Amino acid sequence: MRNLIDIRELTTDEIASLLDTGDDIMAHPGDYRELCRYKKLATLFFEPSTRTRLSFEAAMYELGGQVLGFSEAASSSAAKGESVADTVRVVGCYADIIAMRHPKEGAPLVAAGVSPVPVINAGDGGHNHPTQTLTDLMTIRREKGGLGGFTIGLCGDLKFGRTVHSLISALARYDGVKFVLISPEELKLPSYVKNDVLRAGGCEFRQTAADLAEVIPELDVLYMTRVQRERFFNEEDYIRLRDSYILTPAKLINAKSDLTILHPLPRVNEISTEIDSDPRACYFRQALCGKYVRMALILKLLEVTK
Amino acid sequence: MNIDSIKNGLVIDHIRAGSAMRIYNLLGLDELDCTVAIIKNAQSAKLGRKDIIKIDTVTDIDLDVLGYVDPGITVNVIRGGELVEKKQLSLPERLENVLRCRNPRCITSAEPGLKQVFFLSDRAGKTYRCLYCEAKAEK
Ligand SMILES: [Zn+2]
Repeated sequence: MRNLIDIRELTTDEIASLLDTGDDIMAHPGDYRELCRYKKLATLFFEPSTRTRLSFEAAMYELGGQVLGFSEAASSSAAKGESVADTVRVVGCYADIIAMRHPKEGAPLVAAGVSPVPVINAGDGGHNHPTQTLTDLMTIRREKGGLGGFTIGLCGDLKFGRTVHSLISALARYDGVKFVLISPEELKLPSYVKNDVLRAGGCEFRQTAADLAEVIPELDVLYMTRVQRERFFNEEDYIRLRDSYILTPAKLINAKSDLTILHPLPRVNEISTEIDSDPRACYFRQALCGKYVRMALILKLLEVTK
Repeated sequence: MNIDSIKNGLVIDHIRAGSAMRIYNLLGLDELDCTVAIIKNAQSAKLGRKDIIKIDTVTDIDLDVLGYVDPGITVNVIRGGELVEKKQLSLPERLENVLRCRNPRCITSAEPGLKQVFFLSDRAGKTYRCLYCEAKAEK
């Protein structure tokens, strides 16, 4: 493994090994503090994503490495019309590893094709975002004690939500994962994900537009998503759909006591802030896992071992 | 070159009438130094009219794309004036610079210099997807 462009490139064993390393770093951060000394991570963010960028940067700093890069296309050579390939060839002379975010789908794959150093896809448009999926998997595994044998509800924008699609395709590999797809009609999971991933993988799933409170009692994991304004042509549709699934304390009344509530963040209003202090709210612990699993990934791609 | 009979080379036969030039371009035959004959509107019992391309001497041409463009095409390999092989065409795993990705969010839309690559994602459904963004090719 030299790059990570798409979560589907990873075998189940490779995922397990990354999550093991992530857990170990979390438990013994001191053992990892110097491992990437004198190494540099370039964060090439052709579109802003502060959260993801900071997570990568924190990961590299905590490994003792250093970070360089840019946080939006306007401050990069792309603004002058340079191709992705040329940018990466040049940056590859200065950095040991690259994390790239790009608004165009497939840009990190182009980068990986020419880069002299490993490339990590930090999100390419609505396409892939493998480190988010690794983050989700690490969090679920920690909270549930394993991957498999649980019922996960995915709620909100299942149509455009790329994190949902790749989480579903990652979880479909594990035994005994049951999916409950909760969304308004307009934001249903696309049929190609249902056919190519869920049906092809023999997964148990059902779709519902029912109220969250109605389905919540059977869930072990609840993955909330944000409805993004830019996906909609008119403001009314956006506001109507945005408000269709909001998690409130009232809806949690009949939920299991060990429910794991996740959200890729940032949230708008999908989860009421009153829930933040509930022990079942795991989304900030999820953000923490994001840093550790990125540390694990950087180590793996740089072939650095403890 | 005698158009009717070549000693060594390839005969690409049963091309839909009118599409020989497209195939000439897709196979990159313009880059060959050898003699290439394009026969347009030949009589065909099967098709009524057909095009034929005859390539003298060279036989090691990557013909995969033909399986995508027109699976009805037949390819005969000629050696020593004899027909030695009829090549079976099948859908290629990968198509380079044959299809264009129409997804405006795809990197190929922003960087026209990139090679257009599609891969066969479903053989039964003859579905190709863009290597970069996975958008389905329009048929
Ligand atoms: Zn594309």
